[in-house]
Amino acid sequence: MTDPRSVGSAALPRLVGARVARREDPRLLTGQGSYVDDHRPARLLYAAFLRSPHAHARIVSIDASAALALSGVTAVLTGEEIARASKPVRAASKTPAVKVTSFPPLALGKVRHVGEAVAMVAAESRYVAEDAAERIVVEYAPLPVVTDMEGALEAASPLVHEEAGTNLLVAREFARGDVDAALASAAVVVRERFRFHRHTAICMENRGCLAEYATGSGTLTLRSSAQCPGIVRDVLSDLLDLPENRIRVVAEDVGGGFGAKASLYPEEIATCVMARRLGRPVKWIGDRREDLLATSHAWDEIIEAELGLDRDGAIVGLRALVTADVGAYSIYPWTAAIEPVQTISFLPGPYRVPTYRGRTRGVATCKTPLGPYRGVGRPPAVFVIEGLMDRAARRLGLDPTEIRLRNFIRDEDFPYKSPSGIVWDRSSFTGSLLRAREALGYDAVRAEQTQARAAGRWLGIGVASYVELTGIGSAIPVSPGMPIATGTEAATIRFDPAGKVTAVFGVASHGQGLETTLAQIVADEVGVPIEDIRVVHGDTALSPYGTGTYASRSLVLAGGAAIMAGRAVREKMLVIAGHLLEADPADLVPADGRLAVRGMPDRSVTVREIARAAYTGAKQLPKGLEPGLEATRFYDPYYGTASNATHVAVVEVDRATCQVSVLRYLVVEDCGRMVNPLIVDGQVHGGVAQGLGAALLEEIVHDDHGQLLSGTLMDYVVPSACEVPWMEVHHLETPSPVTLGGFRGMGEGGTIGAPAAIANAVADALAPLGVEVAELPATPERIFRLVARATR
Amino acid sequence: MMTVRLKVNGVAHEGRCEPRKLLVDFIREDLGLTGTHVGCEHGICGACTIMVNGESARSCIMLAVQADGAELMTVEGLMQDGKLHPLQEAFREHHGLQCGFCTPGMLMTALDFLRTNPSPSDGEIREGISAVLCRCTGYQGIVNAVRAAAATLRGGR
Ligand code: FES
Ligand code: FES
Repeated sequence: MTDPRSVGSAALPRLVGARVARREDPRLLTGQGSYVDDHRPARLLYAAFLRSPHAHARIVSIDASAALALSGVTAVLTGEEIARASKPVRAASKTPAVKVTSFPPLALGKVRHVGEAVAMVAAESRYVAEDAAERIVVEYAPLPVVTDMEGALEAASPLVHEEAGTNLLVAREFARGDVDAALASAAVVVRERFRFHRHTAICMENRGCLAEYATGSGTLTLRSSAQCPGIVRDVLSDLLDLPENRIRVVAEDVGGGFGAKASLYPEEIATCVMARRLGRPVKWIGDRREDLLATSHAWDEIIEAELGLDRDGAIVGLRALVTADVGAYSIYPWTAAIEPVQTISFLPGPYRVPTYRGRTRGVATCKTPLGPYRGVGRPPAVFVIEGLMDRAARRLGLDPTEIRLRNFIRDEDFPYKSPSGIVWDRSSFTGSLLRAREALGYDAVRAEQTQARAAGRWLGIGVASYVELTGIGSAIPVSPGMPIATGTEAATIRFDPAGKVTAVFGVASHGQGLETTLAQIVADEVGVPIEDIRVVHGDTALSPYGTGTYASRSLVLAGGAAIMAGRAVREKMLVIAGHLLEADPADLVPADGRLAVRGMPDRSVTVREIARAAYTGAKQLPKGLEPGLEATRFYDPYYGTASNATHVAVVEVDRATCQVSVLRYLVVEDCGRMVNPLIVDGQVHGGVAQGLGAALLEEIVHDDHGQLLSGTLMDYVVPSACEVPWMEVHHLETPSPVTLGGFRGMGEGGTIGAPAAIANAVADALAPLGVEVAELPATPERIFRLVARATR
Repeated sequence: MMTVRLKVNGVAHEGRCEPRKLLVDFIREDLGLTGTHVGCEHGICGACTIMVNGESARSCIMLAVQADGAELMTVEGLMQDGKLHPLQEAFREHHGLQCGFCTPGMLMTALDFLRTNPSPSDGEIREGISAVLCRCTGYQGIVNAVRAAAATLRGGR
């Protein structure tokens, strides 16, 4: 790979690698953000959804007459009506491992989970819309409810989707070698039935959208709190039978996404249909209850796993069965396979696993659909493999760091093909653990633990190492079998005649600070101050083709495209400058924001002069050079790359309350070349806080009737500043050998490592009692029961 | 419909609304001040926090009519003479925000907190801002920012 700086070296200090303060902050700090709900076009109607109170019921009849009679109500839409205006969503899959099922935008025939949208009202105010929704009379005939994922697989279980003929929507297996023989002859086999409960993202901004249909031009504009405007645009075109060039999807400021806003949602379709039908703008803003009921959930897996090792602690085989409760619908475009297949794909972790058999099952139940959420599959996978490593270490009398060091994929093993077929490029598995041990003062903390234990305190240290696939290109689908292409992103870099730059991207930022990091990359590539660059993103009408932000891809793919487009523009600048200065472009050097002939600082031109010349035309340009100064480039990293980290948690379990306090938290992460360490730190902090919530606090709870019991933020407990510890973050920078710029994506890692590190620390604290942690979140109640059972 | 007269960021407003209208909806819809956000509408997340007569309050669990005659301050009132408030500066410098959705409520909460506790410890800062949920930052940047802003404000800027 050529050095990105090889075309004209830096006139200005390099910004890639610098802690540049964010460019999006001034507007967000002053209340001038532009979130969906901040928009109020003239003639706006407000939407409200009537949602199912039943987990499983046939819809006998819907009577909206009382709602329509209310003053201020414009229209009511039901499942049957919307079915005439939109196809049902079918998250297709190329693999027979996935049974394709329909997801109607409004319930059609029957409801499959509590909170499913049944009807939609449009009215002059949201208050009136909600009043009207309450007046819609729906007669339901309740059906037997499917809530238990293992029970759902029994032959006698009622079916969630009759068309599938089974509740088993996903079944897949990965195998390498003879794992049965390996486990039979292993010196030690540790096994566990792990349970990672249901979780949800809780973006502080609830989902919402605003649709406008211009009847004259036949164009549809959807503002949505979406991570993937490109994906939404493409699928709306198909569902609504409108050409893609007449659909514009805009996601300006989005209040957090974390994967949960990466899918297509029924409300987006319904809002578009309503706006198109009425010829008036329609806005829907979900409330928190709707968010907890109808934004995708995460994880909810039972993982039975066995790990065999030889006498020296080297892994000989891993065998596992993952069962995931994927809820009522297969979510678009990722399908119901995303969570269960990712879990089984990543279970072997950063280790050499010579034999493996991983089976996975995704089971439909009458609950909110499962979807992607920060880490996807890997938080449970890492919880399992790291939990098994600790169990094995205890059995073999090895230190938990030692057993990991004996099993990591070593430098000489890269590129290493994992048993599920993922190829890991050069990473710092061993390096990150050694650095973590040193930074923590591992031996000293162990000594402290010995003293604490002698004093009767339950103090524990937990380690978790992981590797995460990031920046995936066209070689692999982001979600297994998914038919849409997600392997490329593009950048357009455009100078105006005044020498200022607009850089447009198909990705969308929802807190990651891409307006800053992408501007840093562009500034370095084209050689202008960052103040002269404006980054535009999240608008399909303005950007080159792209899909959006998910799977830790944006910095890798959009950053790579920015480098390519930046180089192209820079090259043209040199050619024009050479012409203006009557010099060979190869002899030009940057000097003070100008380009000068080497050794002759007086013979120079400014960026502005170059840009003006580019638009002046033939008179100012070398013969045959096309006017203009802009470039669009697409980047495809093909296989993609990987990030890795080691997390260490030191916790204390209160003997009286069984409450876990995290005393220290340390991360050594490697996301390759860092563009902005300030932002990298922030991503780690936020990710760890979410992982801590998953480990200790957050749980979506349903009763046996499929009723949601955690329907408010008092019941679904998100960590506040008091629960989150000070986090110490260290960086290793192993540039990715396979991506342009050497970047590795890193938005998810914090959430991947934290549940395992904390679970292991709790188990370590309770090790004298012989207690293992196999269920998360480890709430005080669960720990109390474990302790009570162990000390009975 | 009832008449509500109040002052927001020093400017007098008068509006008519239903008695059931939430204060936050009145601020956002009737007054067009969209800096104040709604995250839960049940008093937990703190995104809607504003100052009512000099003290922080959740505008999602107040009715607009309850604020009749009150003096409010919203995030839009924090900047003075085109300059960011030291809290805003500190949030930017210390990466105290990511998506920015909790930020207005966080700023108003921190403002009220520092008024009552100008030299807080980190533990006190955490407790002080625990009334507002942030899902992005893990709070570390926010704690750093509030600590730095406290120092600046003590310095009398
Ligand atoms: S919106 Fe008021 S506390 Fe959440
Ligand atoms: S910055 Fe996103 S919720 Fe706080």
